[in-house]
Amino acid sequence: MRIVNHPILSFERGREVEFTFDGKKMKGYEGEPIAAALHDNGVRVLSYSKHLHRPRGFYCAIGNCSSCLMTVNGEPNVRVCTEKLREGMVVETQKGRGDIK
Amino acid sequence: MLKTSGIPTAEDLAVRIPPEERRKKGPVVMIECFQKIPCNPCFTACKHGAIQKFEDINDLPEVNFDNCNGCGLCISKCPGLAIFVIDETYSENEAAVSLPFEFLPLPREGEEVDLLDRSGKIVGRGKVLKVRNGKYEDRTPVITVAVPRELSMVVRNIKLGGDVR
Amino acid sequence: MKKTEIAVIGGGPAGLMAALAAAEMGARVTIMDRNSRLGGQLVKQTHMFFGSEKEYASVRGIDIGKVLSAEVLKNPRIETMLDSTVIGYYPDDGVLGVEVEEKTFVKIKPEKVIVATGASEKFLPFENNDLPGIYGAGAVQTLMNEHGVVPGENVLMVGAGNIGLIVSYQLMQAGVNVKAIIDAAPSIGGYWVHASKVARLGVPIMTSYTVKAAYPNELTGALERAVIWQVDDKWQPIPGTEKVLKVDVICISVGLSPLAEILWQAGCRMKYVPQLGGHVALRDENMETTVPGVYVAGDVAGVEEASSAMIEGRLAGLNAAKSLGYDNGKYDEKRREAMEQLQNLRSGPVGEKIRQGLAQLAL
Repeated sequence: MRIVNHPILSFERGREVEFTFDGKKMKGYEGEPIAAALHDNGVRVLSYSKHLHRPRGFYCAIGNCSSCLMTVNGEPNVRVCTEKLREGMVVETQKGRGDIK
Repeated sequence: MLKTSGIPTAEDLAVRIPPEERRKKGPVVMIECFQKIPCNPCFTACKHGAIQKFEDINDLPEVNFDNCNGCGLCISKCPGLAIFVIDETYSENEAAVSLPFEFLPLPREGEEVDLLDRSGKIVGRGKVLKVRNGKYEDRTPVITVAVPRELSMVVRNIKLGGDVR
Repeated sequence: MKKTEIAVIGGGPAGLMAALAAAEMGARVTIMDRNSRLGGQLVKQTHMFFGSEKEYASVRGIDIGKVLSAEVLKNPRIETMLDSTVIGYYPDDGVLGVEVEEKTFVKIKPEKVIVATGASEKFLPFENNDLPGIYGAGAVQTLMNEHGVVPGENVLMVGAGNIGLIVSYQLMQAGVNVKAIIDAAPSIGGYWVHASKVARLGVPIMTSYTVKAAYPNELTGALERAVIWQVDDKWQPIPGTEKVLKVDVICISVGLSPLAEILWQAGCRMKYVPQLGGHVALRDENMETTVPGVYVAGDVAGVEEASSAMIEGRLAGLNAAKSLGYDNGKYDEKRREAMEQLQNLRSGPVGEKIRQGLAQLAL
């Protein structure tokens, strides 16, 4: 959910853009991290771990850890906590380590 | 217990409550600062020589209550939001408590709000007398609320109810 | 190969101050940050800072970040490289490898390096601690205060240090319910004024409690509830004290550890100092490490408050510039002043841990 009114902050957001998450159409703001847009759309599970296939979300949100790796526009292992959202991005849940095509 | 719950005990507060004689004379500051941390903007904010200069920045603030006129300019400058102004002379049965309030929505003057103690428990209802929210307060609005006289040393927060989003 | 006099790695409070101080002395500075903007973690600190006027007391972190970033950007002696991640330091020839916009690899040869890379959040072991919905407290602050998205509806905060207390307060400001703040320690580690702020919002702080386990929603796979339990004075959990909390977010706020990779690569002598968050570089009072010309400042030099990070930055900046022969005539005065400020900030009871840590580091 988005914060609309905040006692201290005001948020400058980019233009609204469409992207897809596992084929589903979603909306977010251009330039914000993909993870923020996904979170706003209720998506918590970003990937499944390599060996035990356990669901993973983000953890640090600033590009330090590797908890939020997803496949973006066909490229695996993208840190979606820092990768900026663009119009028409194809975002997919990553299962395992991902393959570079 | 302060160090386990964040809630000061009567004993903690005793050393911070302005003397009764002074309280009878009108609004006066009460600084609920109990821990030596490196911080002194309350001194910088005070224009009346009430909050004393810090020998060591880690000292607890010291107040000369006779110099304090209850202006409340220190309230919004305390990074710990630990400063309140108490006026026990507000009316026959009521005291006025001024407190920092960084939440939305802000109350309107004249609005009835819940009165909360230091643990966030509702202890009564009171009318908002004043909302100071100018450039000086810089997003730390100062709310003055009328409280039953016997709660002057109890009420330290307010609640409007409803969703803040 | 690109050349510069002083490279500052990291554009947070320490790096910004380092760049400004070095430029003020007359040196040419290149400041690099992996983000698209300067400010580091100041951009999400909505609370007012402590300290004195000199350390921007009573000013919110977000505003300090804006002021310092603007000063850096308009300073003609400072070049700013954004979206630039320093990914390697080659000690043999003193060259930094920088990835710019994830596209180009740039080599930079500075005469001096100031490492101000900050810290990363620590983690906590418990059953199912990898569930989506279990986030670093700083991560939640980023999501909420920088990007304007709330993390969920009900939060369990783990850790009653300053970050745990501050983020709890900020969650409440954003309209999110904080069910409890727990800490395994027997007392609150953060400033009591921060604790009192959340206490009067009705948020219970429970010391001597830790997380036993987290459980997912069967359908979504994301966090649905947490089980906490009490620990005794030897940090051992007490069976039978379990409490179940229905939360969709657990914030982990159990400390930070220095992001010191570059210092390791540079070959700085490192030491594990728990009071400072982990491995830190040995350094002299000018913030210079055992590798001549490599300086440290801020959380990477030992996890502390942002106010001290800024002064350490200034100190490193002044000294790096001075070592290149730059002095605008105020070096001695500025250096003395900075050292006094650090001494003041650390001299009280809450600085004890830091003092113990620093005592193990001096060269």
